[in-house]
Amino acid sequence: MSPLRSLLFWRSGSPFRVAVARLRAGSQPVTTPTARFFGRHQSLSVIVGMSIVTAILPFVILLPPFTGFGTQGDFIDGYAQAGVWVLLAIGLNVVVGLAGLLDLGYAAFFAIGAYTYAYGASPFSHNHIPFWPMLLIGAAVAATFGLLLGAPTLRLRGDYLAIVTLGFGEIVPVVFNNSDQYTNGTNGITALYQPSLPIYGSFGFGNPMPYYLSVAAIIAVAMILLYRLQDSRLGRAWMAVREDELAAASMGINTVTTKLLAFAIGASTSGLAGVYLSSKLAIVSPTQFGFTVSFTVLAMVVLGGMGNIWGVAAGAFIIYEIQSQGLKQLNQFVGGLGIPPIHLGPINFDLTAINFLDYQYLLYGLALVGMMLLRPEGLFPSRRRRAELHDIEDAVDANQELVQP
Amino acid sequence: MSDQTAPPVLRTVGLTKEFGGLVAVRSVDFDVPPGSITSLIGPNGAGKTTLFNVVAGLYEPTSGHVEFLGRRMIAAPERTWLEPVFWVLPALLVWALTYLAASAGVGAGTELAQVMILVGLMLLIATLITAVIRPSWYDRFLVRMGIFKCARPNDMVAAGIGRTFQNIRLFANMTAIENVLVGMHGRLKASPLDAVLRTPGQVREEAASVGEARRLLGFVGLPTREGELARNLPYGDQRRLEIARALATRPKLLLLDEPTAGMNPSETAAMMALFGRIKTELGLPILLIEHDMRVVMGVSDTITVLDHGEKIAEGTPAEVRANSRVIEAYLGKGAA
Repeated sequence: MSPLRSLLFWRSGSPFRVAVARLRAGSQPVTTPTARFFGRHQSLSVIVGMSIVTAILPFVILLPPFTGFGTQGDFIDGYAQAGVWVLLAIGLNVVVGLAGLLDLGYAAFFAIGAYTYAYGASPFSHNHIPFWPMLLIGAAVAATFGLLLGAPTLRLRGDYLAIVTLGFGEIVPVVFNNSDQYTNGTNGITALYQPSLPIYGSFGFGNPMPYYLSVAAIIAVAMILLYRLQDSRLGRAWMAVREDELAAASMGINTVTTKLLAFAIGASTSGLAGVYLSSKLAIVSPTQFGFTVSFTVLAMVVLGGMGNIWGVAAGAFIIYEIQSQGLKQLNQFVGGLGIPPIHLGPINFDLTAINFLDYQYLLYGLALVGMMLLRPEGLFPSRRRRAELHDIEDAVDANQELVQP
Repeated sequence: MSDQTAPPVLRTVGLTKEFGGLVAVRSVDFDVPPGSITSLIGPNGAGKTTLFNVVAGLYEPTSGHVEFLGRRMIAAPERTWLEPVFWVLPALLVWALTYLAASAGVGAGTELAQVMILVGLMLLIATLITAVIRPSWYDRFLVRMGIFKCARPNDMVAAGIGRTFQNIRLFANMTAIENVLVGMHGRLKASPLDAVLRTPGQVREEAASVGEARRLLGFVGLPTREGELARNLPYGDQRRLEIARALATRPKLLLLDEPTAGMNPSETAAMMALFGRIKTELGLPILLIEHDMRVVMGVSDTITVLDHGEKIAEGTPAEVRANSRVIEAYLGKGAA
């Protein structure tokens, strides 16, 4: 088989694939000293990684393809917004990726976090609790609701669990919508107080930089905590429950506690995101937390690579940027091409009139289908899940390599 | 034969399990004496695995009970209708107190009264969550109140039962050592908060548990396989890993469900040697389900024979071998 063909037709037996399989088989244990160091000091690797990413991102706008895409301020504001989705995705990763519980109502906890902040720091409620303690309060409130909503679903598995959580996800915004007296109904709660720092002062709308830096810090802390949980007794219990619930129970794991903790910890991360988002936008309204949020976060987790915290974070970031920046730029790009409209009898086709932002869910669907076909483990899978889906193929490739001298 | 002086590790009394109209286990009494290997044999469908699952806490029995180390742990639930009373009682007390105080003119309309109502609500939530989680102290409290709930599998593990499965149920996508570490779960004390803070105690406990897991892998004969995914291990090693995982729970009784199924004679012989070491080196009694008669006759101290859910014979291997009802059950009438 010619090299080009074997690269194009990436199937079992192609020399490229065999080479990659051998490389993978040979590089199983982490060997370089740097990799070993960061493998052992995960918290440090998160801090270093997040610092590098945070330092580089604001300057992406200065690079050639992005220079015309808007101001640096817009970009940083977009990143801060993307941070919310990253938080949501790494939280849902605990529930779906680690514990294997399909939760389609994840936006509910996002809403609960946001409304907690609105209740704690707005003229509407006559409370003014500072932003930073509210982060913890929001996470705690969301975790409590995670326990409450998780408890009735404990006996359910798979599809049934998904349906019930979907219901919860719909109920919560409806409750916020209808309890006018406490939430101001459809209008939502406005003019929430902005965060502030002791020396810096209030964050304000015009300057996205403090929001950007603070969300990076929140993400880094959340990632460290989640990595530590994942490597602990509880993390192993989550994986065991995902693998085989009955065997897990027969090894002394209280599956009820384990699953409830997954719900609560996932919900608390979502609560953090909710508090942060509401403080940034200074408004909460029930329409922000519809099913599309739950669905989008799940798509991010699947596309990023379930079970891998960094992968899921990257997946969330990429999808958010494509959705908010990429599609907008695509509109302008296509509009700038000046393609004349085509008239074929009754059909009028005007490419420049298409608003690609309207098609984002279609694109999600296509991306998900494509991923399922080509790379079911996600863009950046954890080693475990990669092995789950590809070990057998690799073994086949390696065998063929041995047979063909 | 069972040692008359020492109390049995496990005792079933009139244990019956029905699935709808089907009686899978009918009024079975048997004991597992300490420090011995007891085998449970019988033709396919005799109810061996059902009995196992009842003992391991997977099924609630229809009647009868199981005593483990002298404690009645498994039986049909009793008076559970009384349980909800204890869920609402704390909250009701707080609310009643607030109401009484308010009607007596104390604290009416104050913030304290509102806080007390919230406290009551929190108590209600807390008791409900406790009831769902069922910690051991909650079960003990219920027993003192005359309510009995059948133990769950994790309660049986905590009490000291370790088990393997007829069709291997390892955590396929976890490594060998992670599988063994999961077995230790119930014995480790570190809370999620300890894990998040990486307290010295948690770090020490993790290191110690990894050491013990390696020792156990060595004991069952898999010292070099710790980093491999369970699904990639050969069949015989998977069986061994399942035993290591069960031993990691530090059981007082080991339940093995057909541990040599599908093995060749040399693997079977190695497995029998392992049973012997578990018995002598760890002093651990074993309850064994097995179809391979060479294994059963070779390692058992006592054999219990089931047929159609009923116990038809019990005794030493020699006694059981000569028992006419056993031969009849296996080979049919006339063969005896």
